[in-house]
Amino acid sequence: MNWLVNTLTSSIGKKLMMAVTGLCFCGFLAVHLIGNLTIYGGKEMFLGYVEHLHALGVLITLAEFGLIALALIHIITGLTLYLQNLKARPIRYNTYKSAGGRTIGSATMPYTGILIILFVLLHLLTFRFVDKTNTNDFQILVTTFSQFGSVLIYIVAVIIAAIHVSHGLWSGFQTLGLSHPKYMPIIMGLSVVFAVIVGVGFGFIPIYVSLIA
Amino acid sequence: MTKTINLTLKVWRQRNAEDKGGFETYQSNNVSTDMSFLEMLDVVNEQLTLDGKEPIQFDNDCREGICGMCGCVVNGRAHGPQKATTLCQLHMRKFDDGDTIVIEPWRVKAFKLIRDLAVDRSAYDKIIQAGGFVSVNTGQASDASAMPIKQENAELAMDAAACIGCGACAAACPNASAMLFVSAKVSQLALLPQGKPEAAIRAIKMVRTMDLCGFGNCTNERECENACPKEIKITNIARLNREYIKASIGSSVM
Repeated sequence: MNWLVNTLTSSIGKKLMMAVTGLCFCGFLAVHLIGNLTIYGGKEMFLGYVEHLHALGVLITLAEFGLIALALIHIITGLTLYLQNLKARPIRYNTYKSAGGRTIGSATMPYTGILIILFVLLHLLTFRFVDKTNTNDFQILVTTFSQFGSVLIYIVAVIIAAIHVSHGLWSGFQTLGLSHPKYMPIIMGLSVVFAVIVGVGFGFIPIYVSLIA
Repeated sequence: MTKTINLTLKVWRQRNAEDKGGFETYQSNNVSTDMSFLEMLDVVNEQLTLDGKEPIQFDNDCREGICGMCGCVVNGRAHGPQKATTLCQLHMRKFDDGDTIVIEPWRVKAFKLIRDLAVDRSAYDKIIQAGGFVSVNTGQASDASAMPIKQENAELAMDAAACIGCGACAAACPNASAMLFVSAKVSQLALLPQGKPEAAIRAIKMVRTMDLCGFGNCTNERECENACPKEIKITNIARLNREYIKASIGSSVM
């Protein structure tokens, strides 16, 4: 088993863990967004979706534990990479100018990542770990987004997530070695498209809810 | 008539690895725009010597862009502002009269500073020694057509083999990662039949040595391929990743 430890703790191994978990999160974002779109169908449709989801019972619990595991791997590996990369250049450049490769997404990955963790914690405390005996998910949604501050936080958070994803998606493919002269430019384009879908898709929900509230 | 320009240079001076070091400012006047960057530094050094000061030490050798010895970070860019050009092939016509030029050494922990702008890049040699070779007996060259090689692969291998090991990739990488270098050296052999027998052990050993040398981790920032004087592409890094995955889970190399 030593070889497995050696592989996963090597620089490429750590990157592979980031890529696999990161791509899983992209999949999760897509599913989460599709589910959330039921809000546009009205209160009944949204609560119907929530009910169907909860009816999955043990499967949903398994999925939640799966997401926690993915998150732990992604966060711990990401922070390790970040700290190692800082250590690899103890003296910074006095003058630094990009040669043209970096994007907002790629240059801010650790920072957007940390902000996303904070947001996800807030998000879970608002919608998941809350007493729902005298209320329902739609009610919580309306109460939360009738406050301007919450709407603002959510919009900023999804923009940050979109920036993170714009680099993360194609980067995951590159790390897994899935580079091809025909498909790589398409994947890079799709990363930006997906980021915009995530940003706009999730970002409009708080606005919409605040308008109907 | 030759155009001349006047420049202000901010050069990193450091006596040795232990010294703290700092920037010194020098005036470089009447610089011919036909000079190369290193020739400009030569002229500055001559004046420094006449003034009884220590000349600026910088790495250089062939001065025609093929040896990989030269390289500094000029105004925040590895090998200066011109694309696909080593520092020795950068000409002063790329600068304007009155410019201030900041010159720093490669800032990479794995490249220990020797003096001023000269750094020790033997970490790259260590990576090559770990596996960047093919173990075949020398002797009579085999028949050229005995081993069929796709033209496409021959070209890709040649593109990767253009790497001169100057260190600009690690210097330009925001994470001080050596992945572009290692990927070029793995690719040039992995693409050819001669490199196949040792492909697995090569990928694993070179990556492990790279990690041990203290380079950072690649985060696909793509600064390396934009700074590389030989325009090595990050498709090589994807190939290295593939080779490493194949070697780690598909071979018996421990």
